[in-house]
Amino acid sequence: MGKILKRNEFILFCILVLFACFVGYINAGFWSPLNIFSLLKSSVVMGIFAIGTLMVILSGGIDISFPAFSVFSFYITVKYLVAIKYQGTILLPFVLAVLIGMSLGLVNAFLISKFRLAPLIVTLGTGSAVTGFLRAFVGTGIIPNLPSSMVAFSRMNILNTTLPDGSTASLSVSIFLFLGLAVAAAFFLKYTTLGRGIYALGGDPVAALRVGFNPVKIQCFVYGMAGALAGAAGIVHSSLIRQANPRDLEGFEMEIIASVVLGGASLTGGKGTVLGTVLGVFILVLIKSSLILVGIPSDWQKVVVGAVLIVATVATAYRMKRHV
Amino acid sequence: MENGSRVWTEGGAMDRMLVALKNIYKGFAGVEVLKNVSLTIAPGEIRCLAGENGCGKSTLIKILSGVYTPDAGSIVLGGREYRALRPIDAIRGGVQVIYQDFSLFPNLTVAENLALNTQVSRGKMFVNWREMRTTASESLDEIGVSIDLKKLVGDLSVADKQLVAIARALLHNARLIIMDEPTTALTQKEVGALFSIIQKLKETGISILFVSHKMREMLDISEKISIMRNGVIVSEGEIGKYDAGAITYHMTGHSIDEIRYEGTRTEGKVPLLHVEKLGKSGVFKDVSFSLHSGEILGVTGLLGCGRTELALSLFGREPADSGRIFRDGREVVIGSVQDAMAQKIAYVPEDRLTEGLFLAQPITRNLFSATYDRYTNAFGLLDTSAIRSGTGDMLRSFDIATPNAHNPVRSLSGGNQQRVVLARWMSTKARVLILNGPTVGVDVGSKFEIHKKLREIAGSGVAVMLFSDDIQELISNCNRILVMHKGSMVCELGGASLQENDIIDCLRRLS
Repeated sequence: MGKILKRNEFILFCILVLFACFVGYINAGFWSPLNIFSLLKSSVVMGIFAIGTLMVILSGGIDISFPAFSVFSFYITVKYLVAIKYQGTILLPFVLAVLIGMSLGLVNAFLISKFRLAPLIVTLGTGSAVTGFLRAFVGTGIIPNLPSSMVAFSRMNILNTTLPDGSTASLSVSIFLFLGLAVAAAFFLKYTTLGRGIYALGGDPVAALRVGFNPVKIQCFVYGMAGALAGAAGIVHSSLIRQANPRDLEGFEMEIIASVVLGGASLTGGKGTVLGTVLGVFILVLIKSSLILVGIPSDWQKVVVGAVLIVATVATAYRMKRHV
Repeated sequence: MENGSRVWTEGGAMDRMLVALKNIYKGFAGVEVLKNVSLTIAPGEIRCLAGENGCGKSTLIKILSGVYTPDAGSIVLGGREYRALRPIDAIRGGVQVIYQDFSLFPNLTVAENLALNTQVSRGKMFVNWREMRTTASESLDEIGVSIDLKKLVGDLSVADKQLVAIARALLHNARLIIMDEPTTALTQKEVGALFSIIQKLKETGISILFVSHKMREMLDISEKISIMRNGVIVSEGEIGKYDAGAITYHMTGHSIDEIRYEGTRTEGKVPLLHVEKLGKSGVFKDVSFSLHSGEILGVTGLLGCGRTELALSLFGREPADSGRIFRDGREVVIGSVQDAMAQKIAYVPEDRLTEGLFLAQPITRNLFSATYDRYTNAFGLLDTSAIRSGTGDMLRSFDIATPNAHNPVRSLSGGNQQRVVLARWMSTKARVLILNGPTVGVDVGSKFEIHKKLREIAGSGVAVMLFSDDIQELISNCNRILVMHKGSMVCELGGASLQENDIIDCLRRLS
């Protein structure tokens, strides 16, 4: 499978570089460390979501509930920790949010595998239900004072550089969380039987069953993982903006799915790579932020994200048609 | 891989047998599908299982592979007797089924498709890609074929996919390989290659249970044949004792004689369809022929010769880009399916399941889907009573067997589904009927019915084009046969003296 997919990732890389050069040419401020670091930082949350979404899409499913799960996880976690005046490390917020997200993901998996319902409908339903539940029973207010460890996490930087004007630009440590997860996911998908099972299930569910894979187990894994990663991404998101807002991340699923598809994953399942997804995320983040940088109103972002999704899907479909 | 264990030895002296079904009964919802079926297969035996659709063949296969548990009776495998054979017991006992769809992963490489089974069944957590490739290439060597291990299975030809499926079965130390209609999508040459592999497997002591509809192949490859009808094995024995007539008789319960179709005389008349130097770049070129009313014109050729593309261009699905088409002597342009339908050209696609039918929709809706515009009342709404009586007429005249026309088409057998497609297109009052592989996957009895219908249709003045791989079918139904190769017409065969071997020779010279 090497050649084609590799070529695909090579093309993505070229697009990324060309686009960066183009934006840098129009606005020299693009290449400043401040901007590059901020771009990387804004790709962290998207990237973590995208890894989970990639696994779901590879298995032949789709998940649009993860932004809702993410908000649910971090908001409840933060609200609880603030209430008990938590003073410990960043570990507990992550563990709590991941567990909440994973449980919700397993509900998706249960509904999808047990009742053989369409993943789109199930996740549309659970996402909406969870959002409604959160706002009705937990709260709608923004929590401005996060537990101290989360604030500290947002301040953990590496690569501090002092700019000519005296201010400092620094790279958030959270980028390593994203890249670390990406490497782990790539290894998992390529070198574990379960990982190959995800591709197999997405390629042909009946054949996967006959080979001896357990589709229920695989579905529990991918939706559970998508939920868990959504929980983790939620804590990162909330930390980075230093507040917990239950109205955040709405409509985020579009952007994530767009970047995964842009990264070469096929919505019919079985095709896609982590490297492609990471590049897809970088390209989308770059497009979004540079629209602002070159002076295009931010309302246009949605138009662009929609266009990217359509173009990327068409490109994938076209490649497959020509290929087969 | 334990090659040594391939040849079945244990208990061999007892009673040379690899697997035996003893007095199997199986029913579904009160309907007995298998009634007291017993079957014994010896090591290294090539057995053909013949029977029409719905005779219980598939159920029998599923019992052998442990998917179904019999209501009564037992299965002896590897010296053990099972009341309820589980799939895992069947696999451990060396039973491997090669399904019609091959059960391969189109998105994975050849190597991974081959090695994945072993990977999963050994319960390994991590994947060793190098080991996978070694396993895979060894298994391909074993059947003496070379396929690029790095290719995606989705990019392989049907024949190569099948070879991968066979190699995969061998990786499981298969002792009995069940092939469910393995030649359906293969060309003549590929069938030959498959048969030599089957022979090779036989020599290593592996038994083959070969399920097929094609008479010629049953007679060519198998050593013994078991013929089923209505859930019972009605006849069984050495293949030498059977001929096509006898097999057909046992399968259908009555004898079917196919006499050759003699078309009407065509000299001097204006052809219904005349094609001059038709071409589509990169696909076919310089195709010319005439087709008269009452004629059945056969078109054949190896896979990839461009014949399906030719059929599609005549129906406007993928229009030709050069050449001229005449209908009743007038030049016409066929640039879309609508154009073709306006010229009263109808097309019955190769794959009726994906291209020709709305499977989940009622039979009646499928029958009328091409002609709804003719069944409207003054308000432009559908005239339901006309449709109801039309449905009855069509079901009767095409012998479509169904208790209720509102059942989904999916509920019909293959032959009946094919007749629904035929009925639909004939109801458009087509003058030129193009059929692509009309009897692929259809059993002998239904095939005969379809041929009868085609002759009737041609007899009523319609011009029929029959695109097919089935040489017997072409010989007995067509006035003339055109052979295509690499996009060109290479020869035209015809006349009452035409023999099967003439076509086979012609095809062999090309490949």
